[in-house]
Amino acid sequence: MGFVSISTPQALHRRYYTQPNMGGRQRIVIAKPGLDGHDRGAKVVARALRDGGHEVIYTGLRRTPEQIVRTVMDEDARFVGLSSLSGAHSHLFPKICNLLKESGLNDVVVFGGGIIPESDRPPLYSAGVRAIFGPGTPSTEILDFVNEASSKDCGVGSDTSWYWGE
Amino acid sequence: MLARELSAIENGEMRVEQFAGDIIAITGPPGVGKSCIVDAILHRLVPEKRVAVLAVDPTSPLSGGALLGDRIRLSVLDDKTKSESIYVRSVATRSSSGSIPSIIRDLAHHLLANTFDLVIIETVGAGQSEMRCAAIANRIVVVEGPARGDGIQAEKAGLLELADLIVVNKSDLDGSDRVVNDLTVSLGLTNDAPPIIKTSIITGDGLDELSQTITNLKERNSSKRARCRQQLLMAHENILTSNPHFETILDRMSEEGLALQDALREINERPS
Repeated sequence: MGFVSISTPQALHRRYYTQPNMGGRQRIVIAKPGLDGHDRGAKVVARALRDGGHEVIYTGLRRTPEQIVRTVMDEDARFVGLSSLSGAHSHLFPKICNLLKESGLNDVVVFGGGIIPESDRPPLYSAGVRAIFGPGTPSTEILDFVNEASSKDCGVGSDTSWYWGE
Repeated sequence: MLARELSAIENGEMRVEQFAGDIIAITGPPGVGKSCIVDAILHRLVPEKRVAVLAVDPTSPLSGGALLGDRIRLSVLDDKTKSESIYVRSVATRSSSGSIPSIIRDLAHHLLANTFDLVIIETVGAGQSEMRCAAIANRIVVVEGPARGDGIQAEKAGLLELADLIVVNKSDLDGSDRVVNDLTVSLGLTNDAPPIIKTSIITGDGLDELSQTITNLKERNSSKRARCRQQLLMAHENILTSNPHFETILDRMSEEGLALQDALREINERPS
């Protein structure tokens, strides 16, 4: 994902973890699909989610859609965050969404980030991606998204057309 | 679905029957190569055996979150002929103290009941006295590496005494022979010393021997009582952390200055 600003762990801790009605602790896979070696953004997001009280499983670099879906299934993650800076998002993100649906993981919430031009976003939202975070997104916004999506029926297989910031 | 059942167990929504089977704990200091050793074992035991891995990483004491990264090392999952016989689950320590959460016991028994032949528990990077894994696993493999202190470290009491097998990893680096020597001398003074195997992930040295030894490990008699002791300690800790007032009492200690003695009394007076 792009560059995001990090708040201190303590501040996030106060805001998110100790307040009971904020959606609770989620298991979240952060994945780097395809031929793309830029993982600073993914690591920063993983760290922000960790500091927000979530359990984050990081896949490492250059994963195939099949490997990512297998990880989501084995780890019973409720969210999967896809980070791409290679330009292949229009191919990889919908492929992962479809594989999740084929595997019966319809309630998994997909979000993405990285360098995703505005004009590429509508087809990704239609494929089931529920949020796209570009460079400059504050990490608190991603935590707000996770909390809101936790209480919504907005898994990849859901009929909703809702997405973050629509 | 197996993964969902394990989550239910982890969240305390499902109870599990005991199930007999092989549970091996792989433990040792951080960065010594535990995950890579697990990967090497899986490459050799699968697909003849069905193996499940429970990889534990620590939960943040500040936020309650965790970054679970052991899966990255498991290249065996990319091998299609083998990955069908493997299940890997990352587990955070959550409210447990020590290198493995108590719920691991239930997760492991549930996996054994679901036709897995062997469950490998990879603990959090652990030091000299972290022995909680003895409560759950019936065999303990301790991974050591070179340049981790002088011969006195090998003489010290603790985790090494409970090991059923000791692996000295990174044998391609200088100093590993000396570690093997120190350990051999130290453990040679006991009656039933565990075997020591030197391995290197880079050269492949010792890995075949390791995976053969690991399937035929015998429990050492001397560690039986220590195992029971850890089981008792873990059960007692569970009673404490599962008390519904535990978190509120913790908040009052940190925010309102509730004294330790008073906190203990409250927990005893308000059992779950």
